[in-house]
Amino acid sequence: MSRKYLAAPYLLWALAFVLIPLGMIVYYGLTDSNGAVTLSNILAISSPEHRKALYLAIGLSLISTVLCLLMGYPLAMILASTGMGKGAFVVLVFILPMWMNFLLRTMAWQTLLEKNGVINNLLGVLGLPPISIINTGGAIILGMIYNFLPFMVLPIHTSLSKIDVNVVNAARDLGANGFQVFFRVILPLSIPGVISGITMVFIPALTTFVISNLLGGSKILLIGNVIEQEFTQTGNWNLGSGLSMVLMIFILVSMITTFITDKEEA
Amino acid sequence: MKKCLQRTYMGIIFIFLYAPIITLIVLSFNKSKTRAKWGGFTTKWYIDLFKNRAIMQALYNTLAIALLSAAIATVIGTIACLAMTRMKKRDRAILMGITNIPMLNADIVTGISIMLLFISFGIKFGFGTILIAHITFNIPYVILSVNPRFKQLNHSIYEAAVDLGCTPVQAFFRVVVPDIMPGILSGFFMAFTMSLDDFVITHFTKGPGVDTLSTKIYTEVKKGIKPEMYALSTIIFVSVFIILLAVNLKPEKKEK
Repeated sequence: MSRKYLAAPYLLWALAFVLIPLGMIVYYGLTDSNGAVTLSNILAISSPEHRKALYLAIGLSLISTVLCLLMGYPLAMILASTGMGKGAFVVLVFILPMWMNFLLRTMAWQTLLEKNGVINNLLGVLGLPPISIINTGGAIILGMIYNFLPFMVLPIHTSLSKIDVNVVNAARDLGANGFQVFFRVILPLSIPGVISGITMVFIPALTTFVISNLLGGSKILLIGNVIEQEFTQTGNWNLGSGLSMVLMIFILVSMITTFITDKEEA
Repeated sequence: MKKCLQRTYMGIIFIFLYAPIITLIVLSFNKSKTRAKWGGFTTKWYIDLFKNRAIMQALYNTLAIALLSAAIATVIGTIACLAMTRMKKRDRAILMGITNIPMLNADIVTGISIMLLFISFGIKFGFGTILIAHITFNIPYVILSVNPRFKQLNHSIYEAAVDLGCTPVQAFFRVVVPDIMPGILSGFFMAFTMSLDDFVITHFTKGPGVDTLSTKIYTEVKKGIKPEMYALSTIIFVSVFIILLAVNLKPEKKEK
């Protein structure tokens, strides 16, 4: 049966537009503009400005990932426990915003957060002091959480709904209290979802250049902004590729983590 | 008490997710051209929108790319899933690994990698390059939603159809396809949504003069977004909301 050869179109496509392009990044990253082999594009990450952008990106995306987890886990639990998570509702709530353009949605936070924006006006009415987080790291974190929270909730929700109710009931019957049931039964069983949620939030947050552009003003540069500028403004593809290779190390680590947990699950 | 707390928490998250969307809908009726001030109610932007040829062209490009890329990705992805049912475990694992690359990779890396490919082979940037890039990141969404359906498929039904005189192709279209249809549809829908909402990959693979709504908005950010854009996204959002509501409420009623 030659059915497996039907994979050929996809394999060729993936080879041409996934694997070879990744090879191009490695090629450009390891050569200079004359084509001579060099490590300088990768070592450029240690220059003060690039290092600052990388550390800032790591810091902000770590904070966002932790906050997404803290906000998203209870939400996933509520969705799974009330049965509202079954079927269309979750998809409706989380996929629907994507039909309003991602840039416009993020831009709208400017209107909400501005000095004379909606939130400060509301706070004023309530007699509370105004907040000023626009064009700061805080606004970028908020934008990251806003955009990537669904990627945390959906995988956790999937692994929570797979948990057999009888296992939870058995733990209760055997005398475990609410906390014990959560920490010794539910949480360990949902770890695969948590890990895939963490990677699905951390990677896009770490590499974003749009959110920092829209909500951080033009002063805050993340590593994503640096790379984007190398490609679209400076035109130094070699340096841009070298810096991307540094990012790919983070991506690779998260891919391997996901793979390992995937295998354990299967 | 517990239920009340749960409801409140859901409510807060809901407000958080939808506050910007409501803001944009409100802005689409704002007479004043700047975001910062409310200048009174108007429907002017909804009329101007249809006269704005640049926005209409961007809308056309966006929809054409989303539709074409989702359709092509659905065909390639479904065929690949069919092939995987007959593969050895190791081959299948390799193919799924490749499938995971665009899913887990950062958009910016996917975008620049495809851009470098086009530059190296001297391919002219334009509609076609965006389309290729979108098909590439859409195929994994299709595979991930079709593949589980193939796993659930009862293989003897296909064999029964062949025994009863169907050619393999007939058997595939008459027996297998109806069974995996929900997976194909949700894969297509996911792919379409992802393509529509993408900015980063389009940003790196588009040519001068070709714009999708996302790239058009991005260039407008610095100059100030045209209110027609708010009107357009409100129309898109509200129509999708109504369609999804209609589609999702129907089967529930039947069950009752």
